[in-house]
Amino acid sequence: MDLTISMILVFMIAGALFAIHAKDLLSAVVAMGIVGYGLVICFLLLKAPDLAIVQIVVETITLVIMVAVVLDSSRNEIEATFDRRSILQMVTGFIVFAGLLYFFLLAIENLDSLGSHTLRMSEAYVNGAVEKTGSVNLVTGVIFDFRAYDTLGEAVILYTAALGVLTLLRLKGKK
Amino acid sequence: MEGMSVIIKKVTQLLAGLIFVYGIYIILHGHLTPGGGFAGGVIIAGAFILLILAFGSSELNLKTEVSGSSGTESLAILLVVILALMSLLLGAKVFIVNFLPKGLPGELLSAGVIPLYNLFVGVEVAGAILTIFLALVIFKEESST
Repeated sequence: MDLTISMILVFMIAGALFAIHAKDLLSAVVAMGIVGYGLVICFLLLKAPDLAIVQIVVETITLVIMVAVVLDSSRNEIEATFDRRSILQMVTGFIVFAGLLYFFLLAIENLDSLGSHTLRMSEAYVNGAVEKTGSVNLVTGVIFDFRAYDTLGEAVILYTAALGVLTLLRLKGKK
Repeated sequence: MEGMSVIIKKVTQLLAGLIFVYGIYIILHGHLTPGGGFAGGVIIAGAFILLILAFGSSELNLKTEVSGSSGTESLAILLVVILALMSLLLGAKVFIVNFLPKGLPGELLSAGVIPLYNLFVGVEVAGAILTIFLALVIFKEESST
């Protein structure tokens, strides 16, 4: 299973790199779809169907909206110019990347291997969730009972996003 | 935005209802099978988006649609907050408590307030996604004319 996931991850990285370098923006959007749908297969292989359902539906709708936006505006990427400022940006980006890689390599020593869990909290959740919440689906039991505060925040974030889009986009119709 | 060909319209007519019912199933069985409010809400919004894309905006009154969807979304998030506050009224000193009887695990009517949370969050997510999509469509139509 590790080999399969590694192959899908390599495929996703290739799609992401192609999305950055594609000249046509429509093919860049389709290449971003490779990343999303590859992630769906990874979630299914890691036995997380809840996340896979959310990811596949959100990915499809995002792809529809992004294709509509690209078809409605320009399909050509803006030409990048190379001057002193871009050299500075590249150096800054490389320093940030090196710093993140250093801390990642420090942290990866303490991580468990993929799929195993040794945390005390997750043991308590897995063993006691059905009696405490009454929900057979453990994920729903966690997100609507143990972590219901987080879920309330997520719902409010989505509501605020919709309000923001309405406020930003519908100014013209209100005159 | 004009509609698509007759074939797409006919297939959409057949499929959109099934997608809608599947979203309702995902929401109502959120405490039993994989899925829940967020996934089901986005599926329901997807059914509406499919209809709007296939039939075009000329046959619909988009302004009425967007006021309806944003109103539904606001009502649903208000109900979620009221449900969270109910445990304060019922005597518990904390914010979110599973105050209804738990029932037998595995039954459709079990797990206390979790199915209600799933339902309201599902309606809220569906309304929010549909509102964002409709606002983008209306913006495009207003800017093109």
